[in-house]
Amino acid sequence: MDLPLLYSGPDWDFGTLRRSYDAIERIATDELGLELYANRIEVITSEQMLDVYTAHGMPLTYRHWSYGKRFLQHESSYRRGYTSLAYEVVINSNPCISYLMEENTATMQALVIAHAAFGHNHFFRNNHLFRQWTEASAILDYLGFARSYVAGCEDRYGAAAVERILDAAHSLSRHGVHRHGGSRPMNLKTEQRRERERQEYDERVFDDLWRTLPDAKPMPGLDKLAERRRRLGLPEENLLYFLEKSSPKLQAWEREIIRIVRLIAQYFYPQPQVKLMNEGCATWVHQRIMARLHETGQIDDAAFLEVIHSTSNVIMQPGFDHPAGGPGFNPYALGYAMMTDIVRICEEPTAEDRAWFPDLAGSGDAIGTLRHAWANYRDESFVLQFLSPKVMRDFRMFRLMDDTTEPTLLVDAIHDDEGYRSIRRSLARSYDPGLSDADIQVVDVDLSGDRRLMLEHRTHPGQLLAKKDADATLRQLALLWGYEVRLQEVDATSDAVLATHTANPVR
Amino acid sequence: MDIIDRRSNPHGKNLENRQRVLARARGEIARAARAAINQGTLRETGHGEAVTIPSDVLHEPSFHTVFTSGERQVILSGNKEFSTGDRLARPRGGSGGGGAGAGQGGGESQDGFRFVLTRDEFLDLFFEDLELPDLVKSQVVATETMAPIRAGISVDGNPSQIDMSRSMRQSLARRIGLRRPKPPEVRELEKEIFRLEASGEDAERLRMLRGELEQALRRLARVPWVDPIDLRYRRYTQVPKPSTRAVMFCLMDVSGSMSESMKDLAKRFFLLLHVFLERRYKRVDLVFIRHTEVAEEVTEEMFFTDPRTGGTVVSTALAELTRIQRDRYPAGSWNIYAAQASDGDNSGSDTQRAVSMLETDILPVVQHFAYIEVSMSAAIIRGETDLWRGYAPLAQRAPKFAMRRVAERKDIFPVFRELFGRKVPA
Repeated sequence: MDLPLLYSGPDWDFGTLRRSYDAIERIATDELGLELYANRIEVITSEQMLDVYTAHGMPLTYRHWSYGKRFLQHESSYRRGYTSLAYEVVINSNPCISYLMEENTATMQALVIAHAAFGHNHFFRNNHLFRQWTEASAILDYLGFARSYVAGCEDRYGAAAVERILDAAHSLSRHGVHRHGGSRPMNLKTEQRRERERQEYDERVFDDLWRTLPDAKPMPGLDKLAERRRRLGLPEENLLYFLEKSSPKLQAWEREIIRIVRLIAQYFYPQPQVKLMNEGCATWVHQRIMARLHETGQIDDAAFLEVIHSTSNVIMQPGFDHPAGGPGFNPYALGYAMMTDIVRICEEPTAEDRAWFPDLAGSGDAIGTLRHAWANYRDESFVLQFLSPKVMRDFRMFRLMDDTTEPTLLVDAIHDDEGYRSIRRSLARSYDPGLSDADIQVVDVDLSGDRRLMLEHRTHPGQLLAKKDADATLRQLALLWGYEVRLQEVDATSDAVLATHTANPVR
Repeated sequence: MDIIDRRSNPHGKNLENRQRVLARARGEIARAARAAINQGTLRETGHGEAVTIPSDVLHEPSFHTVFTSGERQVILSGNKEFSTGDRLARPRGGSGGGGAGAGQGGGESQDGFRFVLTRDEFLDLFFEDLELPDLVKSQVVATETMAPIRAGISVDGNPSQIDMSRSMRQSLARRIGLRRPKPPEVRELEKEIFRLEASGEDAERLRMLRGELEQALRRLARVPWVDPIDLRYRRYTQVPKPSTRAVMFCLMDVSGSMSESMKDLAKRFFLLLHVFLERRYKRVDLVFIRHTEVAEEVTEEMFFTDPRTGGTVVSTALAELTRIQRDRYPAGSWNIYAAQASDGDNSGSDTQRAVSMLETDILPVVQHFAYIEVSMSAAIIRGETDLWRGYAPLAQRAPKFAMRRVAERKDIFPVFRELFGRKVPA
């Protein structure tokens, strides 16, 4: 069946975009069965694309110098031709906003619509991490609230005071997420009410008399460790949450700013855990859709060659010895390869596939399998479950053992029958956020003494904190706590103290 | 699905954030900007100047781990020749070794933060806290320049100032007032008459219509579309604008004893001065005088680019300065500055003459006189050149007179800052 061409040549107008969108939508929903948030497509210039970059793709955010820094970095590397800009940026929100650059050709616009507005959109809507941790319909309103709240604080308390709190909160934002138990949905109304109540409470309980009371004598014996921990909810790994709730010296507005940074960090928390799958999903979807458009005669050969050219640029995986290569895998390359391979296993399995994936091989339902994977896995479990020997062979993977006591590195597994499972296990571990993030918790507060805050970093073998950064970050933590803070790095198995960092607040 | 064209939305969302970065790193950026000028060519100053500042100022710390000791396993791609059990040498560089580098380097390995300043930002930073000393005569000529500003509407003026919409409004009012028939009405009448003529009925009405048409045509001819009395003009009045006037005399020795590199130093100094004045003062006249055994006033272009050699008679340049100043820049209404660059050579008897000219004719009228001596070798002992020896006692006596020595390119900016640094009011 041959349908009419959607467009020809590189030029596009809004009619072209709409026709392409409709054709893509037919394939995406009828053939692939994607479930989507409503789409919104915004056409922007390259200059606006730079703006979008700096706020992690968010259309608005509060003012802070770190965004300016990011802007300058992107701008200078773009102006000097080191990097080109992304063809699109897409936001996990409802409606799902995709930004398209005006410089793209008609083919590239169709491709990025398929990639972002369908691939990423489906993934955002269905993957369990996004469903559990982020509230797509609330994020834009919340960012608007954050922006005006921060601006209001700047007017009232001065930009410098606000910047100090933001700097400190930003440095701890990687430790400002609840990793367990899901997050409660954000709701702008309750956020605003909560903020108002907090202020009213402060005003109601204010009594100047308290200032005149003599200092209380510490009562020995009352402050038992277990009791203290219970009351403060220790140990607590969400440092920003702990500071917001329990820091003794902060003003109400300072707590609110910490909360803003914390909630935004929480929103971004799932992204790095599913980068491989998310990009793989979007790339696989756009490639499949564009191929179908070509098969049905809706785009011409020239356009399809451009698609192939663009996709193969994106899924390039340089080898370890290539100048652009190194450790780590291109998430587009590995994700796309694994998803293409799942389709192959489902439709044309080999004997090896039947041995490795007995329930998938030859099932015939490739798209159902992919949709299941997109919904229920994250990078770590996806690799552990679906990485096939064929992909390992195609990428020519091997494993290096780095033992600092040895003068050389050992190749201890390659892509052969003995090595497949070791390689797969190690690769999956490299996507485990539990192993790459430092496990830092608040363990105790010296309430009867000098209010020193005690933190503990339970280390993975051989992984200590980078000292200079750890000290700088600890100073920021001390600023928010208001008293001395001490961080001990302990060995997770033996509880031996490996290093101690201390910081005092400078007020 | 919506498609929204955002291209016309306001750009520069990040201007504010960019300003905050600059404010945060101000000290560092100013230092980097000054370093950039010592290397770059001054003529290009500020045209997309890239500066690199240490990343410490803008570093955002966080807790992150580095692999220091023990064991770890890394998966890599692109195996060509290895089989299990092979041992490889550690690649050089990268703490902790391993083909994998050092885990998350995250920030510590950044060596600098590089970005491009706009010309305005660059010059602002560059000339921060510099100013012309003692700009005292600011009141004397406070109402010297006049600027036109809009002052309502008038009925006469020159054609370029016609206010179109006002004029047409007048014209419309007049046409309505005089009941000028509209062309469509006339056409309507003509059509009606034509129809009646063709059908031949209702002769009475035809005659009436003909009368009406005749009257309408007469009125159309008499009442013009636009009459000269409709015209309105935008009126401007001259309003005195306060301004301070200053003139800077740039004197340069281009004689044979000045080597090319010395001239280059002197030119750099003047270029710096030029950019500084252009930047900080709206109205500064610049007078360029170069001299050998004779002095001449030249254009800016020639001053900086035209090669010329000859002997040296310093007093000629001073005489030229005095002549131009008396001609064009009366001391009563101008702030006068002068800067002189020379290698210090002068023909024997002339120095005394130059010093006395300076003291009697020039110093009484100028706010500030700076003398820059360029010397190629740092070995020259202070006070050895003719001019330096002659000027030195003057510098003791006259507070308006300053002299400095420049031997290398990197000296220029510190000397410049010494000469024009903002004096803290006592």
